[in-house]
Amino acid sequence: MVSSAQRVLLLCLFTGIQVLPAAASESSINLRKGVTDISHQVYDLHMTIFYICVVIALLVFGVMLYAMVFHRKSRGAKPANFHESIKVEIAWTIVPFLILIAMAVPATSTLIDMEDASQADLTIRVTGSQWKWHYQYHGHGIEFYSLLDTPMEQIQNKWIKGDDYLLEVDKPLIIPTERKVRFLMTSDDVIHSWWVPDFAVKKDANPGFINEAWTRVNEAGIYRGQCAELCGKDHGFMPIVVKAVPPAEFDSWMLQQKEFIRQAKAEEQRLLAMSMSFDELMAEGEKVYGAYCAACHQPNGAGLPGVFPGLINSVVTRGPVADHIEIVLNGKNGTAMQAFAKQLTLKQLAAVITYERNAWGMNSGDIVQPKDVHLHKQGQ
Amino acid sequence: MNSVASTTTQDTDDHGPAKGIKRWLFTTNHKDIGTLYLWFAFIMFLTGGAMAMVIRAELFQPGLQIVEPHFFNQMTTVHGLIMVFGAVMPAFTGLANWMIPIMIGAPDMALPRMNNLSFWILPFAFTILLASLFVEGGGPAFGWTFYAPLSTTYSGDSTALFVFSVHIMGISSIMGAINVIVTICNMRAPGMTWMKMPLFVWTWLITAFLLIAVMPVLAGAVTMVLTDKYFGTSFFDAAGGGDPVMFQHIFWFFGHPEVYIMILPAFGIISTIVPTFSRKPLFGYSSMVYATASIALLSFIVWAHHMFTTGMPVYAELFFMYCTMLISVPTGVKVFNWVATMWRGAISYEVPMMFSVAFIVLFTFGGFSGLMLAITPVDFQYHDTYFVVAHFHYVLVTGAIFSLIAATYYWLPKWTGVMYDLVLAKWHFWCSLISVNLLFFPMHFIGLAGMPRRIPDYSIQFAGWNQLISIGGFAFGLSQLIFLVLVIKACRKRGAVVNHQVWDGAKGLEWQLPSPAPYHTFEKPPKIE
Ligand code: HEC
Ligand code: HEM
Ligand SMILES: [Cu+2]
Ligand SMILES: [Cu+2]
Repeated sequence: MVSSAQRVLLLCLFTGIQVLPAAASESSINLRKGVTDISHQVYDLHMTIFYICVVIALLVFGVMLYAMVFHRKSRGAKPANFHESIKVEIAWTIVPFLILIAMAVPATSTLIDMEDASQADLTIRVTGSQWKWHYQYHGHGIEFYSLLDTPMEQIQNKWIKGDDYLLEVDKPLIIPTERKVRFLMTSDDVIHSWWVPDFAVKKDANPGFINEAWTRVNEAGIYRGQCAELCGKDHGFMPIVVKAVPPAEFDSWMLQQKEFIRQAKAEEQRLLAMSMSFDELMAEGEKVYGAYCAACHQPNGAGLPGVFPGLINSVVTRGPVADHIEIVLNGKNGTAMQAFAKQLTLKQLAAVITYERNAWGMNSGDIVQPKDVHLHKQGQ
Repeated sequence: MNSVASTTTQDTDDHGPAKGIKRWLFTTNHKDIGTLYLWFAFIMFLTGGAMAMVIRAELFQPGLQIVEPHFFNQMTTVHGLIMVFGAVMPAFTGLANWMIPIMIGAPDMALPRMNNLSFWILPFAFTILLASLFVEGGGPAFGWTFYAPLSTTYSGDSTALFVFSVHIMGISSIMGAINVIVTICNMRAPGMTWMKMPLFVWTWLITAFLLIAVMPVLAGAVTMVLTDKYFGTSFFDAAGGGDPVMFQHIFWFFGHPEVYIMILPAFGIISTIVPTFSRKPLFGYSSMVYATASIALLSFIVWAHHMFTTGMPVYAELFFMYCTMLISVPTGVKVFNWVATMWRGAISYEVPMMFSVAFIVLFTFGGFSGLMLAITPVDFQYHDTYFVVAHFHYVLVTGAIFSLIAATYYWLPKWTGVMYDLVLAKWHFWCSLISVNLLFFPMHFIGLAGMPRRIPDYSIQFAGWNQLISIGGFAFGLSQLIFLVLVIKACRKRGAVVNHQVWDGAKGLEWQLPSPAPYHTFEKPPKIE
């Protein structure tokens, strides 16, 4: 009873089924399998639902194509007149329903696993702000900011773009492999979303609320992701880089970090006792400004009219130094101007304020020293 | 049948349309207002399309070339707003105005003056929206979803203009919906019982109820944004006891029914065209009606599938996952019904049918990716990537827009009295079909491979596909100019004159009227057998 046309259709069906997975396993066009048990489960769910869709598509479009070819008027087809069949209607309501139930079962169990962040070995607080990530290791006193590290010249097409263009940061998040790491997500301003595809973790960072997610990485390596919620102008420029290292290496990294923090504190104390030269401050200030302030106030200090104020001869940069220190330290509530007191060291703060009062032809000659910033902080 | 046609022609002689601009400003004629809506929607489609061209030009290569990120965000935002509220929705309202009275044998819409008002406030709404792009600090740049607090504390000063223009759009939609409901409920010709109504009328009736239910919610959302930004309330600000995620609940409680507002009338159109060119009655008319109604009802309890990553309790996630999977069942039933209608028909491929067949296949692609997105654990990977962009463009462009184009090709001869240029129409079809897939299909790949949406620049691994996508985008944009030329030619009556029964298999009251349809029709109700 199988006509030649039906044979052709069947052939297409089978070759289709064989070709698709081959094409889909190419990673530039498909989900990554990732490096956690969860991400593997997610990948399998993805492929399952994909194949279900392929099979339904082949059936439905197969029937449709057959009708389109063989029930053409130009081939002399005479229209039938049937237009109702309760049995058929019930069948094609129930069958998809059953398929969906079959799909919902594994999806439910994976979801419940994903949302169970209990009994973590390590907790990291992830805070998004325009446009960088802040990582704090709970109970270890280690914290740092992680910023885009791609040079502006690459973005503006002046230099050749590197392999990790837009996916590189100054300080990656370091986590141990084979341990359950819990993330607590929040935000200092708008909503961001922390996403690392290889972990199958994507969770929004909501201002004023805390979200949980977790991962347990099986393989050491460097994993890259991006912010996944529109968070303003530079949403496309706040990547995430996670370096997963074996537990032993992680422990020694922690010790090393604690040592760095001690050294930095000592350095800070030393700075309070002495003064930096104007040139030193300006050089450092230019660097800090480029990394932390230029996104809003623009590299040339002109700002974006109506959105971010220009700093050239502005009320604050021309006004009293104390006001300037105040706004950079504590930001301004209810605006995009964030508090930099915790993000920058005293030296960096002093440098960037000095820079903002002398750059772009303002040459006020004002010098702000780390100790001035320190005194201002104390005075609060 | 012919007797109906001749009586109506006689009636038109007493008073025809006014002359000049006044005809359009003061018209209360459903056909004139339908025409206004359709032209307005088309102009908005080209405007929003021009913005899409800017977006695609910037994304042609990695790196920043043409526009600044802040302006890029304004382009994606206003593109989305214009396409949704300026192109798709007014176009369907235009079709409703033209066709619903004719299809149910009524002389006009029930509330003709309100009809005039609901159209004429639209140009103001969109002038305000477009003008906001020139305000210092630029136009809205927070995405068409305007999530707080990006749209409140952190937005520019044009936000007030944005809120005002969305309010006007909402008022217009509500008035349009009231008109549709009142017309259908009260003005059906004797014998036009509920279950004899054409499916386009049915789907629009259900759509109109959705509109009335959710447009006020949108109005509430923008008002809260307004007061949060300018009047010190804290609906969405945690510091004042509010919650930014609540904004998303409110927005998507409007937003998900909204996507069905943009697709249910399309179902009605396809259910009209496919039987005509299959020369066979629609398979499962009543199940189509019930499927539409159940989709509409279910659309109120799936909204949080847009919010799986916001950190809901796991039970809520499960609930919304199951409901979302469930809604794909009645949607599937529709597709099965269309295929069953074609089965053992006598099919011919006139231009409306070509677009309808493309609709069935490509809309179903969008349905499949929707089903994939419903699976919460996997949605975590897809969400806010180009996979989603691919999904909603398959359902909106090859879904809603293709159905609108199909409807135009189906009824344009009835509106103008001449057959449009078939050569241009076929060029339009093939160019659109090929380019739209070049444009949107590879978006699935780059989305899965990890490219987030709403970014002006991307890492180099995505470069190749993006180039192809942009080329497809430019080609799709240009293809629509063919359509523009074709429609202008038809409106100037260049083409072969057609008789009342333009398509041999077409059923329905509109085909009893002469072509072009007279200015006033069915002043005496027709007899329905
Ligand atoms: C996310 C965007 C953003 C970043 C990053 C940012 N600022 Fe600001 N800044 C603002 C906004 C917005 C204002 C205006 C606040 C207001 O409304 O008063 C502002 C105001 C200021 C002012 C006061 C200007 C005036 O005259 O009113 C100074 C000074 C300033 N910022 C310094 C800095 C420094 C230094 C940095 C980097 C360490 C920085 N800003 C980073 C957004 C930003
Ligand atoms: C000319 C054809 C079109 C092209 C090339 C195009 C392209 C795009 C692109 C590139 C984006 C931005 C993606 C991102 O970064 O998030 C976008 C967003 C969007 N488009 Fe289109 N589009 C087209 C037609 C349409 C149509 C007809 C509709 C509506 C029916 C539509 C609705 C949307 C919506 C709702 C968004 C999301 C806006 C937002 O993110 O706020 N598009 N489109
Ligand atoms: Cu972001
Ligand atoms: Cu939805």
